[in-house]
Amino acid sequence: MKNNTLTIIKKEFARFFGDKRMMFTTILMPGLMIYIMYTLMGSLMMGQFVSEDGFVASGYVQNMPEELAPMLKQLPVDWKTVENDAVAEIKTSLEEKEADLLVLFPEQFMETMLSYEVSAEKAAPQIEIYYNSAKPESADVNAMLHAMLEQYEASLTNRFDINEGQGKYDMATDQDMTGQLFSMLLPMLMMTFMFSSCISVAPESIAGEKERGTIATLLVTPMKRSSLALGKIISLSCIALISGVSSFIGTMLSLPNMMSAAGGVDASFYTFGDYAMLLGIILSTVVLLVSFISIISAFAKSIKEATSTCSPMTILTMVVSLVPMMGSEGLKSIGMLFIPVLNSVLCMNNIFAFQADVSRVLLTIGVNIVYSGLMTFGLTRIFNSEKAMFSK
Amino acid sequence: MEKILEVNGLKKTFKLSAKQQKIEKTNEKVKVAVNDLSFTAYRGEVFGLLGSNGAGKTTTLRMLATLIKPDAGDALVNGASIVSEPAKVRSNIGFLTSELKLEEFFTPNYLFDFFSELHGVPVEEAKKRKQDYFDRFGIDKFAEVKVGNLSTGMKQKVSLVISLVHDPDIIIFDEPTNGLDVLTAKVVTDFLLDLKERGKSIIVSTHIFSLIEKICDRVGIVISGQMVICDTLEAIKQGKSLEERFFEIYEDKVGTTDEK
Repeated sequence: MKNNTLTIIKKEFARFFGDKRMMFTTILMPGLMIYIMYTLMGSLMMGQFVSEDGFVASGYVQNMPEELAPMLKQLPVDWKTVENDAVAEIKTSLEEKEADLLVLFPEQFMETMLSYEVSAEKAAPQIEIYYNSAKPESADVNAMLHAMLEQYEASLTNRFDINEGQGKYDMATDQDMTGQLFSMLLPMLMMTFMFSSCISVAPESIAGEKERGTIATLLVTPMKRSSLALGKIISLSCIALISGVSSFIGTMLSLPNMMSAAGGVDASFYTFGDYAMLLGIILSTVVLLVSFISIISAFAKSIKEATSTCSPMTILTMVVSLVPMMGSEGLKSIGMLFIPVLNSVLCMNNIFAFQADVSRVLLTIGVNIVYSGLMTFGLTRIFNSEKAMFSK
Repeated sequence: MEKILEVNGLKKTFKLSAKQQKIEKTNEKVKVAVNDLSFTAYRGEVFGLLGSNGAGKTTTLRMLATLIKPDAGDALVNGASIVSEPAKVRSNIGFLTSELKLEEFFTPNYLFDFFSELHGVPVEEAKKRKQDYFDRFGIDKFAEVKVGNLSTGMKQKVSLVISLVHDPDIIIFDEPTNGLDVLTAKVVTDFLLDLKERGKSIIVSTHIFSLIEKICDRVGIVISGQMVICDTLEAIKQGKSLEERFFEIYEDKVGTTDEK
């Protein structure tokens, strides 16, 4: 008997691609939705950064007034005094995320500030604060310093300004900005859309066949159960992947809208290698999700039961997708790559943040394939179980 | 006569849920659907399993089709064991029951090709067989209409030809004329007789006496999961009508013909 996997794949494709409504909801809708969502989000985006407990930022200060020193020293910053000739060097360090803060007070700041008359047309003395918003600790201490100085300024009736000049105070590069925004948003959105794609096809194909009584018609043929399981998983993965690609296209098309709002975001920083790694992760994740949902569907008596059983998984996937934002050191351990879904999220996060490690990506793909293989074997066993297939 | 089907001591029990216990009006947690059932069918004959609803006919046929496994016993279908060689059994039989449905999204034409491919039927052979079956049942007229849009009779015709895409030696039909209008029922009955003439072995389960009398050579009467009598149609009838004999046998076994 020849392998019937291909026959099942062809039938699943014929079933899916012959149904215009299903094609629309599974392929066109996700791309369209993501385009609209991202465009809206572009105008709402803002970074939320939290530095780790006990972190001491590396700060440089020029002309620090003695009167303000006690206040500045309340911040978790290790202050170093900097001379004029080293300012450019510190700015480079900020760009490279080695330093966190550079504060330039004008000479004789306190005297100038206290003698400044608010009604005068002369510009107020200005404090310049350089930081890197792509580094959470830098953004964090910058925000704290800003708040502190603004409070102080308010008590003095607006006698000085902060960062009112034309200079570029945020030292994050466009690539940093891109990496930061994408690594924060895209893994979660892509996981959500991948999961949605899988859940829209797998229960219909497996629990649906049980519900409609058509699975029994397949089971009385001499076809091997493993061919049925493999055929289902491969075809459903392809369909879910096409749906996922639709989401991806939607993302890419909406990038210009995001760029206009966020400024400096540019997907062209990503190399072919980054895209290849991303594709590998997406592919293996889709197969993993389809295998998992297929098993749930094989036990379920109806599509409704399958989708409601999978609902908590949708929430769990979204929560797991948020884990990298916590930025814990523990997430970098190899052990994390053996946790399904989390491993894919971590890899996507690293790829988008330009910190991808090929070996970690390959390990994740391997782990996902092994889990999918085990679940395909499990699905074969379930197709052989009369309790699972025919219980009312 | 060559044995084509040997059923030996088949037993099947089902666990009853609380809801099922209520429906069945019993406190038993297990229902014995088939109990030590044995019979033999020979090549080229039509064997009928006769019994009331719930007697265990369908469960027996589902075991023979390897959809479910027996708790005890075995059956040899054309020499292949339903317990140890289920795939071989499935390639030898054509099975039709109301439990088996066709994907409503597809057309009869597509489904015939799909199941032919699953059974490994060569393309040319499948094409010829499809033409033959579609002509005979008038499926040509709705070959490109989705199954979901067909009437019950049309669907039954399509199910019937699809169960035979691989031209099996043994054909197992569970209640083949159930729910059909008289014209479609006649087409199905005539087709079964034609298959018999072509030397196919047919196992039919039904509670319709006229169908048994019309097509069966030998009959087994199943009551409460047990084979009560198994013989030629004439031997069972003892000169009476099959219906009359069935109720005599039923009363002997159960004590009453009143439904519980």
